[in-house]
Amino acid sequence: MGKMIIDGIPVEFTDEQNILSVIRKAGIDLPTLCYHSELSIYGACRLCNVEDDRGRMFASCSERPRDGMIIKTSTPRLVQYRRLLIELLLASHHRDCTTCVKSGDCELQRLAHRLGVSSVRWGYKERTHKKDFSSPSIVRDPDKCILCGDCVRVCEGIQGINAIDFAHRGTEAMVIPAFNKDIAHTDCVNCGQCRVVCPTGAITINTNIRPVWEALADPNVKVYAQVAPAVRVAVGQAFGGAKGENVMGKIVAALHRLGFDDVYDTTFGADMTILEESKEFLEVFEKGGPFPLFTSCCPAWVSFCEKRWPEFRNNISTSYSPLQMLASVAREYYADPAKNEGKKIVSVGIMPCTAKKAEILREDLKRDGKQNVDYILTTEELISMIRRAGIRFDLIEGEAADMPFGIGSGGGVIFGNSGGVMEAALRTLCEGPERSSIEQLRNSGVRGPGPLREFTFTYKGNEIRAAVVSGLAEADALLRRIKSGESIYHFVEVMACRRGCIMGGGQPAHAGFRTKEARKHGLYESDVNTQIKKSNENPLALSVYDTLIKGREHELLHSHR
Amino acid sequence: MLDQSFYTKTDEILSKYPAQERSLIPIIHEVQEAYNYVPLELLPYIAKHIGITETKAYSVASFYERFSFEPKGKYIIRVCDGTACHVRNSLPVLERLREELGLSSQKKTTDDMLFTVETVSCLGACSLAPALMVNDHVHPAMTPDKATEMLKTLREEDAKS
Repeated sequence: MGKMIIDGIPVEFTDEQNILSVIRKAGIDLPTLCYHSELSIYGACRLCNVEDDRGRMFASCSERPRDGMIIKTSTPRLVQYRRLLIELLLASHHRDCTTCVKSGDCELQRLAHRLGVSSVRWGYKERTHKKDFSSPSIVRDPDKCILCGDCVRVCEGIQGINAIDFAHRGTEAMVIPAFNKDIAHTDCVNCGQCRVVCPTGAITINTNIRPVWEALADPNVKVYAQVAPAVRVAVGQAFGGAKGENVMGKIVAALHRLGFDDVYDTTFGADMTILEESKEFLEVFEKGGPFPLFTSCCPAWVSFCEKRWPEFRNNISTSYSPLQMLASVAREYYADPAKNEGKKIVSVGIMPCTAKKAEILREDLKRDGKQNVDYILTTEELISMIRRAGIRFDLIEGEAADMPFGIGSGGGVIFGNSGGVMEAALRTLCEGPERSSIEQLRNSGVRGPGPLREFTFTYKGNEIRAAVVSGLAEADALLRRIKSGESIYHFVEVMACRRGCIMGGGQPAHAGFRTKEARKHGLYESDVNTQIKKSNENPLALSVYDTLIKGREHELLHSHR
Repeated sequence: MLDQSFYTKTDEILSKYPAQERSLIPIIHEVQEAYNYVPLELLPYIAKHIGITETKAYSVASFYERFSFEPKGKYIIRVCDGTACHVRNSLPVLERLREELGLSSQKKTTDDMLFTVETVSCLGACSLAPALMVNDHVHPAMTPDKATEMLKTLREEDAKS
């Protein structure tokens, strides 16, 4: 608690960890490249430097606020200093900005503009390193790296992976995997959080736009898309809409215009996942183990578990992820000549996730040697396709998703939030009057802030101990406690990305606290506005059990890891 | 693939230190002492033992100039190019050594694995400038001719052993 003077204006502070937060609270957007509130404080970029009343200059991100401080944020000296820093960063950066995939969305470029850096005195850095295309999810371009270390800290601190780190030093310093090997040959789980925090084009999404566009143009191909829950709350903002607004209708319309023959809702797949997963859970629960059962929707988590915790591999539910559920059922649907019209079927998933690009390649998810899903487009790629096609997203009229996989329950739509899968699964076990029992579950602790939530749920007089965790470092710690017997759960939901899929590696980056909250509320609100709350009451999902997949549930809806 | 003997030797070194992150640098030091370089294959092995990622081990090991991932020669000649040595003409000494041994800033070790020539920023022996070190031995007040003479002596020493 205290008061400080910032640029002549008195500002109160309470529990702010650093002066930077107080300055931002005061309405001054101090530039930063290496500061992310959820990462450890690093103090590398020095852009947030400020001056005190004695002319001392220091990084405001790594200084605690003290009562009576007098801070200036934009003296001529500071402004000049920041411009020089950007100029130096640009000098050691491969500046092919006009054709860089990150152009227009690049933090470094934005800061150069904002601070008025109009020339670089120290020449041009030629390309000296090869790009790394080894991963299906991300592309590494070390020549664009400015060594801010954001990716290193998110990979190690939040995800507990440490697939990349600083190597060498001085002018030769780089962020690379150990021994400079390809990223695909590391412990990388394709979560894409590195590319979310990367301020430049050093780590970007490995895009599949081109093959999708070619399929769309091919008259002998029928292309269908499915749109994941978290996508619908992250697209609108890119076209001037409100943060976190559900624009599913417009997305469907835009996809139709792009040439997709059918557009489905992955929420349908989510309901299928819940139907299978809750069945599986009850079996395990009644049998008395093995506990805990882990959710299987998140491919980065599955990959993490296989690499780091092989002893828990068999505790992961075998139920397909929503993406694979819908695709597997759709494959049966399109097997009918009346439905495929003699054309080749191409299946596209529109996902908030870079790890899905790796999931679709998994051998255990192929049937008869063929993938259920051909391509994944992340939310970012969808936005970019809409832009390239010149579709006025702001003006387009919404459309409904196509049948027969166009309806999902409220439980399905909240899948995109951390805790959503668990809540949807437990909803199917809710007893008593629907409204109050769902309400009770909602307030049980399944929702809320923080990367880890533990709570209990009563089913037929028995207590179910459940946990919801997001962020793999947090999951790693939880697994350690489960292994030692310190924590005992029956059912655990794991999502690799903090806050869940709404903050997935394929979502538009530059999402501050307000955007994150808005996306979360956007999904919960969609649930509120859905008539069917429980996955096991989705009539479309239930009907496929009697038709398309009759008697083949195990073969078509479960992975055989 | 490294010979099993490398792992046996490394196990021996590992057993001397607590299996903790902070043991990394002393362990790498000893491995380098044993082989004149740090075989890359050993880093993941060491990392696993002390409970860190191979990425972290590589990050630390590649940071220090002192650690080499390339096999080095029997005689490692470190020519000082600190300020004092530089102004007292250390570069001609370096050039002479490279010329005589057919080495350059890229190629640091002779094909017969006898000599490695590298520069260091300061040996802390400024009063002896220009200085160089051969393994653990300091040679003061060097000149190009003394360098040639030194190589000759080292060759003879090697032939005898």
